[in-house]
Amino acid sequence: MAIRVVKVARPEKMSFGESVYLLEIVKGLGVTMRHFLRNMARQENIPTIEYPEVRRVMPARFRGCHRLMKRPGGAPRCVACYMCATACPAKCITIVAGESPDPKIEKYPVRFDIDMLRCVFCGQCVEACPVDAIRMDTGWYTMPENTREKLIYTIDMLLEK
Amino acid sequence: MSPLFDLAVAVARIAVFISFCLGLVVILTWVERKGAAYIQDRRGPNRARILGLTLGGIFHPLADAIKFLFKEDFIPDGAHRLFYQMAPMFALAPAIMTMAVIPFGPPVTIAGHQIPLQIADLNVGILYLFAISGMTVYGVVLAGWASNSKYPLLGGLRSSAQMLSYEVSMGLSVVGILMVFQSVQLSEIARGQGELLFGILPKWGVFVQPLGFILFLTALYAEANRTPFDLPEGESELVAGYHTEYGSFKFSMFMMAEYIHMVVGSAVLVTLFFGGWQFPYLADAGFAFPGGVSFAVPAWAVLSLRIGSFVVKTVFFCWVYVWVRWTIPRFRYDQVMRLGWKVMLPLALINIFVTGLVLLLIDKGI
Ligand code: SF4
Ligand code: SF4
Repeated sequence: MAIRVVKVARPEKMSFGESVYLLEIVKGLGVTMRHFLRNMARQENIPTIEYPEVRRVMPARFRGCHRLMKRPGGAPRCVACYMCATACPAKCITIVAGESPDPKIEKYPVRFDIDMLRCVFCGQCVEACPVDAIRMDTGWYTMPENTREKLIYTIDMLLEK
Repeated sequence: MSPLFDLAVAVARIAVFISFCLGLVVILTWVERKGAAYIQDRRGPNRARILGLTLGGIFHPLADAIKFLFKEDFIPDGAHRLFYQMAPMFALAPAIMTMAVIPFGPPVTIAGHQIPLQIADLNVGILYLFAISGMTVYGVVLAGWASNSKYPLLGGLRSSAQMLSYEVSMGLSVVGILMVFQSVQLSEIARGQGELLFGILPKWGVFVQPLGFILFLTALYAEANRTPFDLPEGESELVAGYHTEYGSFKFSMFMMAEYIHMVVGSAVLVTLFFGGWQFPYLADAGFAFPGGVSFAVPAWAVLSLRIGSFVVKTVFFCWVYVWVRWTIPRFRYDQVMRLGWKVMLPLALINIFVTGLVLLLIDKGI
């Protein structure tokens, strides 16, 4: 596409009333006062979300914190295949596999940690998982914590979500 | 009567007026934040609570004060230690001192003594006010220079240039008032505004000197470093301007100085241009409306109406400071200088000339 020069229409010159400035100030004061009075009168119309008490409802496909799915028996669905850890661009998933007690299943994760401080919420882990064991549909992002350790989510935390 | 009585009266007046001003300062910091929030469609401070009550965030100034008290009181390495510590005091002291000459009510008679409701009824009135408020610039310049840092220095430079330019127009803009009321004593000016103009309008400064009022208001905002003239602390280019390097209570002293400036500025504006403690159409004996209607009001009610009207007017003009701050964007620096020297100064001179001419013509009976 060729580059074209777009002429933006600007007011030619300030009219006398505008260049005196005082009248325009009074108009501006009127605008701010209107906002002030409207917000005083109807506080519920202020768009602020009072965060810790009220949470914004995230759209359905919002990519939030991870959770691990369970089998009907309550065991993790994850088969410790390392697909997600391999796909992860931030290298923040740590898996330690163990032999599953269930003869039909080969392995299960003994440890499954996600370092939420390094996670970039790209969703590659979800894409990579062959058994749909990991999802990012909790609808919320990482909660603030006061130590780094608390932000390494372990398998118990991930299964609970 | 006894000197003890005089002393008690003096102390009482100082206590009442200073606590009024400082109380207003505290409330004003809250009004500023809350008002800004509502003007910008936000909620503003609403978290600090005592016994589960937030009352619209009214406890935030208290929380702020406590926070400032407990912050570390540091001095930057390269700063000039003495001047660095002196600057906040230099900013705060003149602001408080200017309160002294503002009449907040008519003289009252107690036990046969006439007591002016004014901390000091100086006969130089307005000149004292300008002399003292001119000193606030030292606080700002000292702070800028003593911090040994670029941004405060630029802020200090800007404010010195700005304050000097606007001091001129400010002084000239009230000359008209002095000519009309023939006194520099603030109590005289306030009393003079009790008369009627053409038999209908109260003879307030704003009606006899409308141009003087606009010039004075503008200069007042420039003097108090408030938007649209807050270049000395322009956040977008100078971080926080002259008090960038200040923390803890020293910073809050600068803040307090700014807000006291607003309160005193409003009080001066009210005294000069809005009748001070005068209540429209209220004479010593009671209301006397232009149509010849009049009814008596007891003396105590007259007094409280007058003091109340002073308070209401002052509070209103404090609000105007806030209102203007969140309406008008900051000027560019050359615009400030152009406005000060090329617009305000000639207008102030013309105003003086026209006032003089009109007074002369009235004197000659034309
Ligand atoms: S969302 Fe991306 S960065 Fe986070 S764990 Fe999954 S793959 Fe790694
Ligand atoms: S890809 Fe899925 S099954 Fe494989 S280790 Fe990750 S979560 Fe478990």
